[in-house]
Amino acid sequence: MIDQLPALIIVAPMLGAFLTPIIGWRYQHLCYPWTLLVLTIPLYSAVGALFKVIRSGPFGYNLGGWAPPWGIEYRIDYLSAIMLVLIATIGFLAAVNARPAGKTEFKGKEAQLYTLFLLQITGLLGIVITGDLFNIFVFLEITSLSGYGLIAHGEEGAPMATFNYIIIGTIGASFYLLGVGYLYMATGSLNIADLATILPALYHSKMILVGFAFFTTGVAIKMGLFPLHIWMPDAYTTAPNSVSTLIAPLMTKVAAYLMIRILFTLFAPDFAISVVPVATILGWLAVIAIIVGGVKALAQTDIKRMVAYIMVAEVGYIVMGISVMNRAGLTGAILHIINDACMIFCLFLTIGAISYRGHGREINHFQNLSKKMPLTMAAFVIAALSMCGIPPACGFFSKWYLIMGMITAGQWIFAATLLGSSLINAVLFFRIIEKAYLAPPESQGHNHTDHEAEEIERNDAPLSMMIPIIMSALAILLLGLFSGKIIDAVIQHAVPAIF
Amino acid sequence: MTEYFLAKYNFWIYVVLMMIGLYAMMGKRNLVKKLIGMNIFQTSIILLFVSAGVKKGGATVPILRHSDYGSVHAEHLIRVADYLNPLPHVLMLTAIVVSIATTGVALATLILIYKRYNTLEEDEIMAIRKDIRSYKTPRILRSKD
Amino acid sequence: MGEVIYSAKPLWAVLVSMVAAFLILLTGDKARNLREGWTILAALIKFGLVFSLIEPVLAGKTIEYTLINLLPGVALQFRVDAFGLLFGVVAATLWIPTSFYSIGYVRTLNEHAQSRYFFSFAMCLSAAIGVAFAGNLLTLLIFYEILTIATWPLVIHHEDESAINGGRKYLVYTLTAGCILLLAIGITYSLAGTLDFVGGGFLAGHGSPGLLIILLIMFIAGFGVKAGIMPFHEWLPSAMVAPTPVSALLHAVAVVKAGVFGCVRVILFVFGPQLLHELGVWTILAGVVAFTVVAAGLLALGQDHLKRRLAFSTINNLALIILGVSLLSKNSMTGGILHLANHAFMKITLFFCAGAIYVKTHKDHVSQLDGLGRQMPFTFAAFAIASMGLCGLPPVNGFISKWFLCLGAVETHQLVFLFVILTSAMLDVAFFFPIIYNGFFKKPLPDVAGKIDEAPLIMVIPLCATALFSIIFGIFPNAFLNFFNIVRLAVTNVLGG
Repeated sequence: MIDQLPALIIVAPMLGAFLTPIIGWRYQHLCYPWTLLVLTIPLYSAVGALFKVIRSGPFGYNLGGWAPPWGIEYRIDYLSAIMLVLIATIGFLAAVNARPAGKTEFKGKEAQLYTLFLLQITGLLGIVITGDLFNIFVFLEITSLSGYGLIAHGEEGAPMATFNYIIIGTIGASFYLLGVGYLYMATGSLNIADLATILPALYHSKMILVGFAFFTTGVAIKMGLFPLHIWMPDAYTTAPNSVSTLIAPLMTKVAAYLMIRILFTLFAPDFAISVVPVATILGWLAVIAIIVGGVKALAQTDIKRMVAYIMVAEVGYIVMGISVMNRAGLTGAILHIINDACMIFCLFLTIGAISYRGHGREINHFQNLSKKMPLTMAAFVIAALSMCGIPPACGFFSKWYLIMGMITAGQWIFAATLLGSSLINAVLFFRIIEKAYLAPPESQGHNHTDHEAEEIERNDAPLSMMIPIIMSALAILLLGLFSGKIIDAVIQHAVPAIF
Repeated sequence: MTEYFLAKYNFWIYVVLMMIGLYAMMGKRNLVKKLIGMNIFQTSIILLFVSAGVKKGGATVPILRHSDYGSVHAEHLIRVADYLNPLPHVLMLTAIVVSIATTGVALATLILIYKRYNTLEEDEIMAIRKDIRSYKTPRILRSKD
Repeated sequence: MGEVIYSAKPLWAVLVSMVAAFLILLTGDKARNLREGWTILAALIKFGLVFSLIEPVLAGKTIEYTLINLLPGVALQFRVDAFGLLFGVVAATLWIPTSFYSIGYVRTLNEHAQSRYFFSFAMCLSAAIGVAFAGNLLTLLIFYEILTIATWPLVIHHEDESAINGGRKYLVYTLTAGCILLLAIGITYSLAGTLDFVGGGFLAGHGSPGLLIILLIMFIAGFGVKAGIMPFHEWLPSAMVAPTPVSALLHAVAVVKAGVFGCVRVILFVFGPQLLHELGVWTILAGVVAFTVVAAGLLALGQDHLKRRLAFSTINNLALIILGVSLLSKNSMTGGILHLANHAFMKITLFFCAGAIYVKTHKDHVSQLDGLGRQMPFTFAAFAIASMGLCGLPPVNGFISKWFLCLGAVETHQLVFLFVILTSAMLDVAFFFPIIYNGFFKKPLPDVAGKIDEAPLIMVIPLCATALFSIIFGIFPNAFLNFFNIVRLAVTNVLGG
């Protein structure tokens, strides 16, 4: 049983997804518990895999018993193990959260919601676990297709946003596929570990260079790196609240994971430094992404759209950490993948809960929200402070490593951009906190005493939304306090040894 | 020069197809045309993969008869040039499935869009959405009344 | 440094008010007495914990507690040395009178959002003790940032236009400072590979002089914002819109002192006197600070709003502390560090008085205080004592610290700075004594004449107590809390021998 853990991570949610419509055909209300039940399996297996990796190092699993490089190999090393745990956890919590909002957003189509939900998680897990380039493409498309289906159910502008996402996402996936094609034509292999040994001899071949360019562009589209981010704010803003909690935190992070895989595992790190100047280009793109994301976010009054633009900047953080090509920077990037997933998750959860209770998404209408939904707003504040990089929330620590990376590389402009961006975040979030925590101007008379506060009815999020919200807020604090432990146990091994 | 082009004509065909697809996706304002462009784009990649597996000179599918297999031990080596590489083709089966699924989802989305806005012209949709955002009766719907 | 004791006491001292903060929030407005009980209980326990650390520290020991590893070689670590203990003792001691005073203040004025108020207050104290006991720069920064955020709800407490603007200004200044500090600490870490405070500094021998000077500027700018060094002082008078107890404890003791504390930590425990002498920047540093001393004194003269005047006096005194330390001589350091404690006692008295006057009369301008001294004799007597101390008159404790500061300035043959210190004392006289004179000897304004008496006892007793202690510490600097010995030990730790 323990030997089959890696297969179980993928097979369980996939089979679960196929069975969901059958169950939902007669008993729609059973889909939700069924989904939760199914998702416990990858969660359990992913945690098991992580502990196995920590105990005895990376391991492989040959799907169907075919030995690599011919068969498809599932390869679980430190990086993919922690990503698996991240995806399985957030996936599970997002599923817990999905029901209340899903009931209205997917009226009568809950079976479809949970089917696509499970497929999406399957795809995300698959991208991370597999060691085969083409297999990654397939999982990437499973993720994207289920994502298109989910997003299209959203509000007024969702179909249009979905269509744009389909077009641009397909270009990204096709570019990725082209990259696979070029590499395959040059080497005849699709296994990442195998390719990593073959490629160094061919680094100056044009075939490889073109393939590499297609790879990075394709992945950059999927992760929404500036200037290829145009699909992202629309898609994540219009997506239904029940699923944006799943797609938004994880999709970009998994693409960032792919970027790290390609730059550091598939190719040797010095390829991106000396052979093609891609590291420099990525770094400057990240600078622009951070600035543009921050400035665009400042202009928004819709909180969900604002967070979507902040995500553009956060992607910039991760890419910047990758681009400096040193240990601290990459540690920061990997840590930020984890931390940012938690922060964005928490933000989208609270936004979902606020909308669910009928307070909309207009920042200007958030008055007194802290009294109506105190726990939700407390979680929001924790996530917001983490975004601004206030310790001991986790955002501070990833920022610390990123800054250390910039200092080591002597990239002062990058460092200044990072710091400036956390100030922009502070402006963005304190604007909301001010609104939500301070009484509206009309009630400011002489006698604003305690009894006035009691008039406002307290109506916090329902339990199934509250649990993920509290868990994610706690995770933000715990990830911060234990970031040293996480780095010691996992991330430092995920960084290539040559740094 | 001509030879250079002709020697790798499959590459050039794929590049031309890809550019056509890209142009349609980016330049056209009609959503169905964009979708068609996307299909051309995907097809061009499939073409590249399939052509990469081709070998000239009578190469055939790599199915070894038992006698051939036995003859390996009899020191008759299997010549690589005699057999096609099936893997790119197999991969493309998956890619075709993916592309059809994408087309299906895109078409479903288009139906959704058409139901909502009564048009598939991007400019008109943008105008309607702008009106909806500013709480006005959409221009196009007004003109049809 | 001497023996190291491993004990969780510093951690408990930090945690006790954090736990209390959440208990306060849980109790809420429904059981007000219970809620205030948590505050008082936490204040007493915290004082007990901190007090129990004095003896071992004076015996030359260091109390250490490592919570968790944050980076290679840097942990979330508490290390209590003499200097940190001084700040810790001051903050913990003054929290007790402030707690009583706050209760009286918010209840008399029937303030809104009292739970939030006490919650933030307790969090601030937690963070301030964390700053005091931090064993390295990163731990210091973590608590420093928590302090920044926890103070914000107090600054905007009134929730009106000027409060919100003051809060915004406060955040812009302090968060920017936090970013600069983060960068500076990052550079320090990449240079030295460690962030642990060492008496006499650890940066010597790392990095080029140019880089070190830039680093020093970044540090001083980062911590100087909270300490109100000019030109970063703008937020402090604006933040005076906060309720008076907040101004009292936070803007006289915890928050701004955390900034000063950070500056001193950097000057003495990161760079060290030796290195600063080598870099030759200490005169420039002292010059900038001296400018702040004089300019803040002059600006204070022009303020009619009582709390704003006190705010500028705070800026003036904080700069005086840093001036003492940056002169780098033994006596000036003693004076500076001692002033950190003494100023806290005097300034908190002044703010308490301002609050008591406001509670009774709703008057907060200097020009409106005529004749109130005869109606509120205890309040104005305390006010007079504290102002005399700030002017450096014996027997109040301000005299001792200013005496050492002057000695230090003479010792370094920098008579300019002696002049600055004396000028500032003169300015203090000029902006405090009119208030006392008007209060006692002028005719009261018609609308208050004969109608006003003392503020509630729960407010008057704390302010009399702090005034009394100012005198006691002026005559016996080692009474009760051993301030003078602690300061001496802190200076010895830095200079050695």
